[in-house]
Amino acid sequence: MDELINKLKKEVITQLNLEDISEDDINPDSPLFGEGLGLDSIDALELIVLLEKNYGIKIEDPKDGKKIFHSIRTMAEYITEHQKKA
Amino acid sequence: MEKLITAYTYIGEGKVFANKRLIFYQEKIATFAEFIKALYKQEQIAYPKFYKMDSLSKLGFMCAELLLRYENPGIFKPGSLAVVLANSSSSLDTDLLHQESIRNRSAYFPSPSVFVYTLANIVIGEICIRHGLKGENAFLVSEKFNPSTLKDYVSEILDNHRAEACICGWVEILGNNFKAVMALVENESTATWINGFKPMPFTEASLNEIIKVN
Repeated sequence: MDELINKLKKEVITQLNLEDISEDDINPDSPLFGEGLGLDSIDALELIVLLEKNYGIKIEDPKDGKKIFHSIRTMAEYITEHQKKA
Repeated sequence: MEKLITAYTYIGEGKVFANKRLIFYQEKIATFAEFIKALYKQEQIAYPKFYKMDSLSKLGFMCAELLLRYENPGIFKPGSLAVVLANSSSSLDTDLLHQESIRNRSAYFPSPSVFVYTLANIVIGEICIRHGLKGENAFLVSEKFNPSTLKDYVSEILDNHRAEACICGWVEILGNNFKAVMALVENESTATWINGFKPMPFTEASLNEIIKVN
């Protein structure tokens, strides 16, 4: 899980152009939206693309997004769960 | 009513001028991205959204940032500052990036953050968000820099009191070729410049002068 979390941190920084943020700045349990990294709605769409492009996972129900993208850890857990199913 | 250019900023050919003063120079420009990032860093601007913008918005954002830094933005009410910009390539620079991401049907991953910039007037939106501007705005696209149209458009806004002042200019980028010029235009009777810059008459000749390499 830790390996996937570190990989996701790198991917999120690249995909969302978070230039002034390093991997160490991201707490895997902190919220990605709001007070955390301060991501916006376009970033949310980019995260959906990231899951599909890098992990082949398509989010069928947009309502699940809030839970999946709560933090880096919840993203990692969702990826792990769905890769097991595949 | 006579109008004055009370401040202007120029970015092009490795040089950045604010009111005729050279404030940044890079002799060899590898890429626009490196150039604009170096300028952003030098000016010590803290605005993380900058990194997420497309090239056209980054260029316009920096030009407006420097223009208003040398004025006192506080003197303009949010609704009293209009923005009229123009260029020749519209948002083609970003349109091409978007096209690249959708051309291959087997790897079809359009980026939402690229797609939202496939309109030239988004650069005005970024400037307005940054400075809290709520005045009238327009983005014009013409093959060449057209000082006559810009002058007429801005004059009409000011003459009809739809704004107290107007940012007007040219923001052009395609690949690593770029140039941006912005002028702050005010009615002579109410002009409030405080930057020590000797105002220029708002004429086609003045616009032609400031768009040339300084």
